[in-house]
Amino acid sequence: MKTLDKSHEQRMKINYFKLNHTLPLPFVGLTALVCTWIMMVSVPAHAELTVEVTLGVESGIPIAIVPFGGKQPSENLGSIVAADLARSSRFKVLPEAQMLERPSTPEQVQFATWKALGQDNLAIGQVRDIGTGRYEVQFQLFDVVRGSQQASSTLSFTADESRRIAHRIADIIYKQLTGENGVFATRVAYVTVAAGDTPKDRRYILQIADTDGFNPQNVIKSREPIMSPAWSPDGKKLAYVSFESKRSAIFIQTLASGDREKVSDLPGINGAPAWSPDGAQLAMTLSKDGNPEIYVMNLANRSLRRITDHFAIDTEPAWSPDGSQLVFTSDRGGKPQLYIVSSAGESQPERITHEGDYNAGAAFSPNGKSLAMVHGNDGIYRIALMDLANKQLRVLTPGSLDESPVFAPNGSMILYASRNAGKAQLSAISIDGKVRGSLRIEGGEVHEPAWSPFSVFNVH
Amino acid sequence: MKFLQTCGVLLAAAIFAVGCSSSGRMKTHGSDIPDIGKYSDGPSVNYQAAGAGIQNGGTSPNEPNGLLSKRIIYFVYDSSEVQPEYLSVINNHANYLASNKGLSVILEGHGDERGSPEYNVALGEQRARSVAKLMKLQGVADSQIQLVSYGEEKPAVTGHDENAWGQNRRVEITYPER
Repeated sequence: MKTLDKSHEQRMKINYFKLNHTLPLPFVGLTALVCTWIMMVSVPAHAELTVEVTLGVESGIPIAIVPFGGKQPSENLGSIVAADLARSSRFKVLPEAQMLERPSTPEQVQFATWKALGQDNLAIGQVRDIGTGRYEVQFQLFDVVRGSQQASSTLSFTADESRRIAHRIADIIYKQLTGENGVFATRVAYVTVAAGDTPKDRRYILQIADTDGFNPQNVIKSREPIMSPAWSPDGKKLAYVSFESKRSAIFIQTLASGDREKVSDLPGINGAPAWSPDGAQLAMTLSKDGNPEIYVMNLANRSLRRITDHFAIDTEPAWSPDGSQLVFTSDRGGKPQLYIVSSAGESQPERITHEGDYNAGAAFSPNGKSLAMVHGNDGIYRIALMDLANKQLRVLTPGSLDESPVFAPNGSMILYASRNAGKAQLSAISIDGKVRGSLRIEGGEVHEPAWSPFSVFNVH
Repeated sequence: MKFLQTCGVLLAAAIFAVGCSSSGRMKTHGSDIPDIGKYSDGPSVNYQAAGAGIQNGGTSPNEPNGLLSKRIIYFVYDSSEVQPEYLSVINNHANYLASNKGLSVILEGHGDERGSPEYNVALGEQRARSVAKLMKLQGVADSQIQLVSYGEEKPAVTGHDENAWGQNRRVEITYPER
């Protein structure tokens, strides 16, 4: 287990984001089948992201992102870009207060100034109002050491899209300097539970938001539990479990239209939906046979293929990125442990976890080389990462009730549900453990995160 | 089948033992098993009057201090095994249902908040299934029993300690509205 060395701990607490407005939701259209107590509504959005950089900013790529020049429709785009990059473990972002100059066009850049500040990279930008409610941003990324431009782009946007455009610019910089795709313009889905005076007054809301907690939007709201949201690989749909009819059922909802289909409501459990990488199949847990088993549904004709056959609990299927394997949780050995089986269902499951008395809820990393899981030992539940090549387990998180790990689509971070001072919230940790942050959504407990793929349905 | 027969014998023996030992409050084993007398009227329990023509000496589930007022079975961590002190609770409901074939019951399984949510759904269902199995041994028909598991999604209490977890690992016996 890797521990965080307190003496090196550099805490950089950023309370950037506070927002309070009501968003129109183009996708709230309801189909007639939805009962009165299931609503898709817009809510005042209020989110706060707190990022703690706990280790290793020293090793990040030095970069200065100057607040962009020109009249901005709302917040400064450069500041949003800087906050994004600071949230990844890959960059050491120069604080604005230390900047000696604020260039916004290439002619204004003095490389010597930035070199003296120890900066290797510099990003600048200029926003202008191009009329009829539209804006244009021109940005440039420079290599300070060589004194040359590395990337530039001109993007147009409306005021409502300014945060999204800033996230796209952050993605361009991330890609240019790390060689990997950024995830700043992706989204997360999660379930919030608003407590009432009695358990009957609880409200369960499935929401999607930007990865910095902004623009939260309701997908569905119910008096009964909603669980296990899963993004389709094209980013256009969410599968989830809803207990709205007082028993579990799996739904697939198209985000753009709000249309949804019930794909499974067999007797017993209908749970843990997981899309195959090609989007054509949905793995799930069904207990129609008398105990929980893994099945794969062909979404084109709804036919079911049985994957497991054991009297113990088999649940929580997750696909390998190539679609050839499923990892799942089973207590067939007495305690919940992880097993891998061919997704064709023709092989015997192989147990892959042996360390600790509880390993469950696994997710494959996007490169297929590791698994994130809930790892329980002596009543402490943390997120651990297993290297599939050598089966080495590394405990990543410091909590005691951590659960539901999901990878960012580029594999750089893991988002998970945790408890802080008794309150359920989402946390994210870089897979090197260097950066940890938490996402607090006002109005309830937040859990069951799902990170969107790179391409995602966006509300404009 | 052998297993079921064994269960039946154990059930009968346990009921006999519990029946002889005391009236009123049941003994609890270990700090994480709540006192059933104390918690059996939890606020999330929801059922309606079962209607007229009920057999079984006039006892009905909505009689506050009746035999059927105890409706929650608690479980130990990561287990779906019914503890002996709850066998009489199950038996009372089973007898009632066996002599009122027109009635049905919902067995709602729950888990504590620890660990993975979908695993907890599976565990909650195993717990409900354990209770159903014992009820069927007492003559309750399959068609009278519905199972549902909410996993950790509907805790009875919201604390985050052994006491709260013990109250949340449960099966609630509820009689649906007719």
